[in-house]
Amino acid sequence: MTEHSDQFLLKIRGLKTYFYTEDGVVKAVDGVDFNVNRGEILGLVGESGCGKSVTALSIMQLIRKPGKIVEGKISFGSVNLRELPLEDIQEIRGNRISMIFQQPQTSLNPVITVGDQLAEVFEIHADLNNEEMREKSVELLRTVGIADPEQKALAYPHEMSGGQAQRVMIAMGLAMRPELLIADEPTTALDVTIQAQILDLMRDLRNELGTAVILITHDLGVIAEMADWVAVMYAGQIVEQAGVVPLFDKPLHPYTRGLINSIPVLGETKHRLADIDGVVPNLVDLPKGCNFAPRCKARKKYGLSICEEINPDLKEIMPNHSVRCWLYQDAEDHKAPLKP
Amino acid sequence: MGQYIVRRLLQAIPMLLLVSILLFALVNVAPGGPLSQFSRSRRMTAERAESLKRQFGLDKPLTVQYIVWLAGNDWMAIDTDGNGITDSYGTRKGVLRGDFGFSYQNREPVLPQIMDRLPNTVYLMGLTLIVVAIIAIPIGIISAVKQYSAFDITVTTLSFMGQAIPEFWLGLILILIFYVGLDNPVTGKSLLPGGGMYTIGAEFSLIDRIRHLILPVSMGVVGWVAWWSRFLRSSMLEVINQDYIRTARAKGQNERKVLYRHALKNALIPLVTMIMIDFPYVFTGAIVVEQLFSWPGMGRMYYDAATSRDYPMLMGVLILGSMVIILSNLMADIIYAYLDPRVRYD
Repeated sequence: MTEHSDQFLLKIRGLKTYFYTEDGVVKAVDGVDFNVNRGEILGLVGESGCGKSVTALSIMQLIRKPGKIVEGKISFGSVNLRELPLEDIQEIRGNRISMIFQQPQTSLNPVITVGDQLAEVFEIHADLNNEEMREKSVELLRTVGIADPEQKALAYPHEMSGGQAQRVMIAMGLAMRPELLIADEPTTALDVTIQAQILDLMRDLRNELGTAVILITHDLGVIAEMADWVAVMYAGQIVEQAGVVPLFDKPLHPYTRGLINSIPVLGETKHRLADIDGVVPNLVDLPKGCNFAPRCKARKKYGLSICEEINPDLKEIMPNHSVRCWLYQDAEDHKAPLKP
Repeated sequence: MGQYIVRRLLQAIPMLLLVSILLFALVNVAPGGPLSQFSRSRRMTAERAESLKRQFGLDKPLTVQYIVWLAGNDWMAIDTDGNGITDSYGTRKGVLRGDFGFSYQNREPVLPQIMDRLPNTVYLMGLTLIVVAIIAIPIGIISAVKQYSAFDITVTTLSFMGQAIPEFWLGLILILIFYVGLDNPVTGKSLLPGGGMYTIGAEFSLIDRIRHLILPVSMGVVGWVAWWSRFLRSSMLEVINQDYIRTARAKGQNERKVLYRHALKNALIPLVTMIMIDFPYVFTGAIVVEQLFSWPGMGRMYYDAATSRDYPMLMGVLILGSMVIILSNLMADIIYAYLDPRVRYD
């Protein structure tokens, strides 16, 4: 297991979150391990439906029926979030860990003013009177770059643009100066120019407040720009984990390579964008061996048979760089064809 | 907002006019006519029928009848004895001046009779509506929040039944059980009265009044509660799966406040439409309930007027109902704007 520091803020081990649907058990998160350091930005990257958001919601203990966290440990500081009673979780949510979402406009209550929704965080977690809450809310709106914050505090969400709404969500997330901010695709629904502003804002606030961030995205460009550390997720599992530079310099997992190859490069003309053959496996009926095996070209190239039999472990094969792949791991009757 | 309300009220005038033309035409194309009531009597001769016809103004073309109903005939020379010579002016002032005409049945003016019945209906239906709200709203909320729980399944099944049971049948069964079947163990009389508003001679007894209300209110409540609670349940279910509810939880808000502050405020908005659609019943009454429990209200009056072809009476009740419906719609829109900041009229 990759350990890039000893002082973990968040340590997730063997997290499994399943959804019990009529079509069967959807293994949305199926054994995820990762760590988040204080003040660090961890990029969690993967295709839609790979379990990134469910991982985030699992940390927040916001999984609703028919979903359920079935296994694993989510250590935050000295406590296991899974074992805490709801009141203690509510004490942590929005206070020590907060979360912002993909659709900022639908994430705000349409019938409550932005200022009141912001002040609600203080009402729950801080001991302030109404006037102080109002002042702090306006101040926060100013911090996240909202022009005319006194007026905007009185506005309703539908009167704001997507970018403004996401700034409000960030303000709400950072109101209590949390130790961890989980940002679930915070810029996906926004224009590219607004995207850059929101990312800059998040990075500035991280630098200022020292908040650790789990940045969930499917956009490797965002990861390259923002993250210190990257975890690549595929079909409910982490398949590769490394610092951002080594990951882009020398991606090991065939899936990570595919992802990086599929980034369109500006100024380079291709007739067809590179993609990864095949589709994400059905999470109800996962393949027996490695989840990526059916789509893996490297497996065919090296003629590996073990991939369809046994799912490899996530293994640290270089310092601070781990990967879940038989290309680099030995086993009984199996010799790794590649050395990293 | 004020401007909007004034505009809507002004728009209501041509609307009501149009509705009245339609209603007048529909009422008059119905088979039979006011005179068919009287023609059964043996004393009714052809001359008397002719004279009644003139008296009621039914000898005139339908368009003239409508104009007289609307604007009166006190400015119009009429022929009362049928000799072809106009001999006097009419006495009707018309609906526009508050004269709804005379009932063919009892020759009394229509409007005072309506005003006489209206409070009885408001009393019965208003209470019914309040009871419905008190029962249906909590049921709908709990049912949605505890979706698929034993409570929810029971309530959903019961409300399905409540919606399916024909109202008149339920009323008959209630009468059968509580009036015919069960007796008060002390007095030996029927447990609950089978009709009327109060016992003669006990007009001011509160307990007597309540006893008379139980069955008719229950009859109305069953179907309504079923309908409203199902509606609120689905509206609430939709809301509690919204992103902003997740946001509220992510802030650390407790479940009670997530529900009351964030969910309910949104879920009640569609219910307002529902309530305002049903609100006119408070004034127009429920025909079946009033008929079954001999309740002297608007619904029963409407029914009586329709069966005896008492057109002025019928038109009076219908126009009043139309006005209430138009006003309820306006009220629904105003409440909407108040509850939902996304709705603005200017």
